Amino acid sequence: MATQHSRSVARLMMAPAVVLLLGWMLVPLTMTLYFSFKKYLPLRGGDLGWVGFDNYIRFVTSSSFWPSVQATLVIVGGVLAITVVLGVLLALLLDQPMWGQGVVRILVIAPFFVMPTVSALVWKNMFMDPVNGLFAHLWRFFGAEPISWLSEASMPSIVMIVSWQWLPFATLILLTAIQSLDSEQLEAAEMDGAPPLKRFFFIILPHLSRAITIVILIQTIFLLSVFAEIFVTTGGAFGTRTLTYLIYQRVLESQNVGLGSAGGVYAIILANIVAIFLMRIVGKNLDA
Amino acid sequence: MYLKSVLWAASAAALTAGAASAETITIATVNNGDMIRMQKYTDKFTEATGHEVEWVTLEENVLRQRVTTDISTKGGQFDIMTIGMYETPIWGANGWLVPLDDLSAEYDVDDILPAMRGGLSHEGTLYAAPFYGESSMIMYRTDLMEKAGLEMPEAPTWQFIREAAAKMTDRDNDINGICLRGKAGWGEGGAFITVTANSFGARWFDMDWNPQFDQPEWKEALTFFVDMMNESGPAGYATNGFNENLSLFQQGKCGMWIDATVAASFVTNPNDSTVADKVGFALAPNSEGVDKRANWLWAWALAIPAGTQKEDAAKQFIEWATSKDYIELVAENEGWANVPPGARQSLYDNPNYKDIPFAQMTLKSILAADPENCCVKPTPYTGIQFVAIPEFAGIATQVSQEFSAVYAGQQSVDEALAKAQAFTAEEMEAAGY
Amino acid sequence: MARTVTTPRKLINTAFAWAVGLLIFFPILWTILTSFKTEAQAIASPPIFLNFDWTLENYAVVQERSNYMRYLWNSIIIAGGSTLLGVIVAVPAAWAMAFVPSARTKDILLWMLSTKMLPAVGVLYPIYLLFIQLGLLDSRAGLVVVLMLINLPIIVWMLYTYFREIPGDILEAARMDGASLKEEILYILTPMAVPGIASTVLLNFILAWNEAFWTLNLTAVNAAPLTAFIASYSSPEGLFFAKLSAASTMAIAPILILGWFSQKQLVRGLTFGAVK
Repeated sequence: MATQHSRSVARLMMAPAVVLLLGWMLVPLTMTLYFSFKKYLPLRGGDLGWVGFDNYIRFVTSSSFWPSVQATLVIVGGVLAITVVLGVLLALLLDQPMWGQGVVRILVIAPFFVMPTVSALVWKNMFMDPVNGLFAHLWRFFGAEPISWLSEASMPSIVMIVSWQWLPFATLILLTAIQSLDSEQLEAAEMDGAPPLKRFFFIILPHLSRAITIVILIQTIFLLSVFAEIFVTTGGAFGTRTLTYLIYQRVLESQNVGLGSAGGVYAIILANIVAIFLMRIVGKNLDA
Repeated sequence: MYLKSVLWAASAAALTAGAASAETITIATVNNGDMIRMQKYTDKFTEATGHEVEWVTLEENVLRQRVTTDISTKGGQFDIMTIGMYETPIWGANGWLVPLDDLSAEYDVDDILPAMRGGLSHEGTLYAAPFYGESSMIMYRTDLMEKAGLEMPEAPTWQFIREAAAKMTDRDNDINGICLRGKAGWGEGGAFITVTANSFGARWFDMDWNPQFDQPEWKEALTFFVDMMNESGPAGYATNGFNENLSLFQQGKCGMWIDATVAASFVTNPNDSTVADKVGFALAPNSEGVDKRANWLWAWALAIPAGTQKEDAAKQFIEWATSKDYIELVAENEGWANVPPGARQSLYDNPNYKDIPFAQMTLKSILAADPENCCVKPTPYTGIQFVAIPEFAGIATQVSQEFSAVYAGQQSVDEALAKAQAFTAEEMEAAGY
Repeated sequence: MARTVTTPRKLINTAFAWAVGLLIFFPILWTILTSFKTEAQAIASPPIFLNFDWTLENYAVVQERSNYMRYLWNSIIIAGGSTLLGVIVAVPAAWAMAFVPSARTKDILLWMLSTKMLPAVGVLYPIYLLFIQLGLLDSRAGLVVVLMLINLPIIVWMLYTYFREIPGDILEAARMDGASLKEEILYILTPMAVPGIASTVLLNFILAWNEAFWTLNLTAVNAAPLTAFIASYSSPEGLFFAKLSAASTMAIAPILILGWFSQKQLVRGLTFGAVK
């Protein structure tokens, strides 16, 4: 049992981290809230006075708002689905006995080390370019008309690029979880003649549920703010304008800081809705 | 050659006599060929003046976001910023830039082409010195034109271009009759469709600042553009900007390309271009009977943000980089075809430059562009491929995204124009017009 | 893991796993290969895989244009500094949460994670103005602090999950023996926590290295890391696949090499408490 003394020591030890993060949360948040009630146009002389909720109303009533929320959810959902499903399969594969396991693991985790800007540039130019890209060559080789990926299939392309970057992360966490699985239990099931599919659904998958929730939680945090991949590839065109990107356009392209700040507040609200939703699930899984 | 560079260094040194101690200036610039070339010669500037130079080279969109944030918050990160004709008058009006009204006599400010000087001034005061200037013109493959049995007039119409493009197209051999910008972004496809619309008699706003996308001229221009590109353009042109088209043209995959005049030196450079000796030039087209051509006007220019501690050194750099001597320096080392074009009259009077195949067409194109009168109908704004108001970049980027969706076949011309009209009206109202 | 399998089965596993691994790795491999081609070969149709004239020309061109070492050094300092600082702040917090848990521990953890959800673009102007006031623009110190704050929640959480796996009995026993708090941390906890800390450090170093919004927008010259370096290569004029590849390879090579050498630690440690 922790004593009163150790509790206060514990509080003291947590203080720096908590205070720092509180500051990092409160200072920008307060400033964002402050700007969001202002007409603040840097190119027209900066602070032009208080405007109440004008910015908030304009931001949601703009025709770009709901499509951007939708785009955000599609990217987050799409990437999560792909990385979790492929991650589980890949983790199962990597867990099998084989030659050169270490090297294969290195190959699989490598994309995680690539900075988002670089990966977007490489995919856009060297693979998805409709004339010189590798995909175009491949399509022509099979006699098909090359696809202009970033305009005709903009959303799937971006989801693919982002998934490629995050698949290693999911795989690694899931692999560690699989390796911790009690192999005796599996062997017993095998002895009993349980078919592989049954073993997967009744033993492996339940065991992975905790790891999967963690993958989802961590990735969602990062995926909600995906930016470089969109900036480099489509610039928000062809229906790929996410909420983060819309805020970028308001703040930097239109130079309307007030409006963008209101958008930032909405983004925080959206993030928290997603977070509460997630934590309901994760919280349950993290207990015990 | 040695003697000449010594003389040049001496004159530059004389120019700076009495300057304060050596400083280090930070310059934010765009990552295009002429700017990167300038970085190579920075040593000469340092030799002559003692000032060191630090470069921050960024891609165009990142550069814009970076310098705009910095200057509007008075961050003071840069002593010189590379900006364009769009930003200069707006920033100048805000008092954010140091006026360049006391340049030395040797610099000969009157030699700068009047169109460039006008576009980089606010109320008659120059705020940025053009490093190079450009308009737009047609670059075409003389061999393919001949094969098609046509002859390019010096001032063709859009109707001729469309016909020629259809004839030059050879899908089996991967040759597209025409390559044009479709990429979203106000400085990319947005600029191109705006000048195209101008040459069909359209304009962005009427005299009361009402957006004009609901007018027939816009519909005609956009429909024409889309139809022509679908007939004879490359696959996926909705994501092609300047660089993509340049590389297509250099690989011999385009019959014609209408774009920035500065591209002429890249497509005729045998080191990079497979078609260097088969390129002809013509004025940007107009629609039959319309008195405006699809000529834009742009300059990348160097400006000094107000409040910098190193104003003198920055001015010295600008005088050096945009001087006649700098042009000679580049000509001496890289040949006349590679000097920064479009800024100075003296370059076009220079007998050495007259032999360059694209020189006269570049000048003609620049002279054909008039930022004060972009359009057939009167407008309340200056600028040709842009409208010089702070809201324009944001609006035009979104509008061009709608157009790009048309190019990609995701919506119709009418839908895009209706959305553009509604969005622009909404933004202009919010901005208080 | 002492499962026995037949050789044919192992052969199939191996072939399949290698195929998938190479497929995933291919974009990086292709970038590295392209960086050694000439521009013409880089866009040759059909694509050339290996039999081209290997050249270092692209690297020379990139190096001539930008001083790679300075960007690299800044990346190392910023990523390293922010990770180190983060661990220093996080270790006591995670220790306290793991060994003296209270009813609110989980709430605090989740709250910390939620601070990561503030979209960076939305607060660019506020932070930029703040940095001007504090004179931190284009300083490594400023970036170290910002990146530390961004990654702190992840660091705390990772450390917390490792510390929780350390059996409390050992600490109890040590306490009985009269070990002080300092001794407890130094001699008992630290050795057991080292693998966890190592993989936390690695993961956060990678995250900090790849952070591309603040590192680009708050720097100019003195503190610009590799993310700023790559920003000048995204759309040069004309043919640029080979040069882009060279610049990309230079930007990712250091972290790729580091990641490969330390992948064992990373793999072993990256659990986030997923394993119990």
